[in-house]
Amino acid sequence: MAKTVNLKIDGIDVSVEQGTTVLDAAKKLNIHIPTLCYHEDLCVAGNCRVCVVEQEGAKNLVASCAMPASEGMIIHTNTHKVRNARRHVVELLLSEHNADCTKCYKNTKCELQNLASEMVITEPMFIDLVPFKEYKIDKQSPSIIKDDSKCIRCQRCVRTCHELQHVSALGVAYKGDHMKISTFFENPMYDVVCTNCGQCVNRCPTGALIEKNYIDQVWDAIYDPNKHVIVQTAPATRIALGEDLGMEPGSIVTGKMAASLRRLGFDSVLDTDFTADLTIMEEGTELLTRLKKALVDKDQSIKLPMFTSCSPGWIKFIEHLYPEYLDNLSTCKSPQQMFGALAKTYYAQKKGIDPATIVSVSIMPCTAKKFEAARPEMRDSGFQDVDLGITTRELAVMIKQAGIEFESLSDEKFDSIMGESTGAAVIFGATGGVMEAALRTAYELVTGREVPFKNLNITAVRGMEGVREASVKLENVLPAWSFLEGVELKTAVAHGLTNAHQIMEAIKKGEANYHFVEVMGCPGGCIGGGGQPIPTTPEIRRKRAEAIYREDEGMKIRKSHENPEVIQIYKEFLGEPLGHKSHELLHTHYHPRKRV
Amino acid sequence: MPEIKELVKQLADKHGRNRESLLPILQGIISEERYISDFAMTEVARELDMSAALVYGTATFYSFLDTEPRGKYVIRLCRTITCDMKGKKQILRTIEDLLKIEIGETTKDKKFTLLETNCLGWCHKGPAMLINDDAYTELTPEKVSEIIGDYMKNR
Ligand code: SF4
Ligand code: SF4
Ligand code: SF4
Ligand code: FES
Ligand code: FES
Repeated sequence: MAKTVNLKIDGIDVSVEQGTTVLDAAKKLNIHIPTLCYHEDLCVAGNCRVCVVEQEGAKNLVASCAMPASEGMIIHTNTHKVRNARRHVVELLLSEHNADCTKCYKNTKCELQNLASEMVITEPMFIDLVPFKEYKIDKQSPSIIKDDSKCIRCQRCVRTCHELQHVSALGVAYKGDHMKISTFFENPMYDVVCTNCGQCVNRCPTGALIEKNYIDQVWDAIYDPNKHVIVQTAPATRIALGEDLGMEPGSIVTGKMAASLRRLGFDSVLDTDFTADLTIMEEGTELLTRLKKALVDKDQSIKLPMFTSCSPGWIKFIEHLYPEYLDNLSTCKSPQQMFGALAKTYYAQKKGIDPATIVSVSIMPCTAKKFEAARPEMRDSGFQDVDLGITTRELAVMIKQAGIEFESLSDEKFDSIMGESTGAAVIFGATGGVMEAALRTAYELVTGREVPFKNLNITAVRGMEGVREASVKLENVLPAWSFLEGVELKTAVAHGLTNAHQIMEAIKKGEANYHFVEVMGCPGGCIGGGGQPIPTTPEIRRKRAEAIYREDEGMKIRKSHENPEVIQIYKEFLGEPLGHKSHELLHTHYHPRKRV
Repeated sequence: MPEIKELVKQLADKHGRNRESLLPILQGIISEERYISDFAMTEVARELDMSAALVYGTATFYSFLDTEPRGKYVIRLCRTITCDMKGKKQILRTIEDLLKIEIGETTKDKKFTLLETNCLGWCHKGPAMLINDDAYTELTPEKVSEIIGDYMKNR
């Protein structure tokens, strides 16, 4: 057992495990110490000094986020000296900060603004240096805006991109008062290795990294009487949206979300979960086909393991850093893009609507989805398949703008068609979910029996471990699948691109022989997506994941192949999984990109 | 630019391919090329399997790792206070007259680049300057003309 140490904070005794920081020890006593560069997901940087406290016997103030508690320590968090020092830190940051809060996207949601407000900083103490700085704004990316005039150089973004994503699209360049957060050669984010995952956006304490928002464009479409505006909502939005509207993390708000979208004025409120189920049909069939070609036909051109292709951050990661593995990616489009392609074909036909008048909006936990929607590959309907992708956060803004009292809404259902879904679809939102959903369907397809796990819950692929492995033995298979008799299907799951990198290196070195690998670009999967409510922390990701699995357990149907609308679309429109029409609309190929 | 590719590879073979190999490799490029181009940085990133933004960050942090093309001889004249008080301005004027370039510029024949630098640690013998790795101290207009003249003629 770890040793405990005893210390005194503001006159109160507290015992904590050795290694605990003074900041966390204070938290235990419900004493709040302000922070800026500190983030629970990241290693300690200790560069902002806003968290300083006074330690008796120490000459200087100490940074509580970086200082481990030790035996007999006496700490004061609220002395005159401490308050002055913190105030100076914030004032100095503001002297270089373009603080036009009323014109800032982060207004009322900004950690720097909160501190300035708490400290009642009204008269600046230092001269304004902003006019002397040549700050740049980069708006070229369809996903992210980087505004250096709002950057406090806390480096949360740099640590995020390095530690969580193994991309390091952002680094620290120059030194002293020229120091800035920069891409390679200060190229636009659009033109570098950035995956658009938005994890940096989710952690930036200010308005320096924000999502490019399309709120006004969505309103314009809604108010245009000549447009038929449909909306799809990703699995992970329904368990997180409430957080931005005054509710606790882990609240399931599927029904309220559908109700609010109807109030906003969307003509049809539909569900990405429908195409998540469809993805399982296509991807499951693709996996079995690949296995057959590889195991029976001994076709050398077939690439295994097959990787999932739902996460656009992961796709771009592969394009930049592992282009030699592009053929291992499932050819399935993501659920967002399957939905988009079907909305302007199948849906338009069924409803008798001219697809040219359809505006297709998606609500996503993700900033990379904006980039994905704008990809040239994604126009198979003859139009841009998804017109506008907005994040969970942007939807919350719209709900507030419309004056909707979200918590008091009664639950409503999605519209039909393309609104029906199963428990297998909703778990797409959590890491391991696609794997679990695929196994529920593929196993049953091959053996004619349900997966041999209690309540259909495949717990081996659940959880927050960075890389997880599971294997399922296929026995007593149906005659059509006899070549799989006795085969042990080996799978792995990774979330966050640092873990993806780890799995890719193992595969590259030949240390791993999986058949099927699920990768989600963000830690925790979509529930921890870059477009989800801020803050996102390990604790909050855990609560959101629990909510996802609760939602799954509460669904009447929990296997994708039993979704009645999925059965219907194959009968009426698609024919069969991997059929001609599917190929045309639901599958695609990606292309190598440069390494920087 | 296959030569740079080859150079980076040789340097990586020599210094290793870890994060800590980055600085010696960048210094190696400087001594061969006098500056590190974006192409060279990309190659270093590829060889060391690291992000190009991190290479760029390191290169821009150190003043002696130039990221713009430089002449064969880089003159760095100390601009810090002691040298300044000991007559750096006249030295600067003399060099500018001799080479017909201003600070930050390179001669047409690509032989000299003139830059300023912070304190070189030769304050007791100021004004001081560096030409590539060699320090010249207690400069006077006459002395600096002689030194530069020698570089112009004999190198
Ligand atoms: S980043 Fe924060 S402090 Fe700066 S202008 Fe925006 S809201 Fe205000
Ligand atoms: S962009 Fe944001 S997260 Fe990155 S250093 Fe600046 S303020 Fe911090
Ligand atoms: S969006 Fe993701 S990949 Fe791009 S800079 Fe931010 S963290 Fe890095
Ligand atoms: S939060 Fe402790 S130094 Fe920044
Ligand atoms: S001031 Fe010039 S060398 Fe120190």
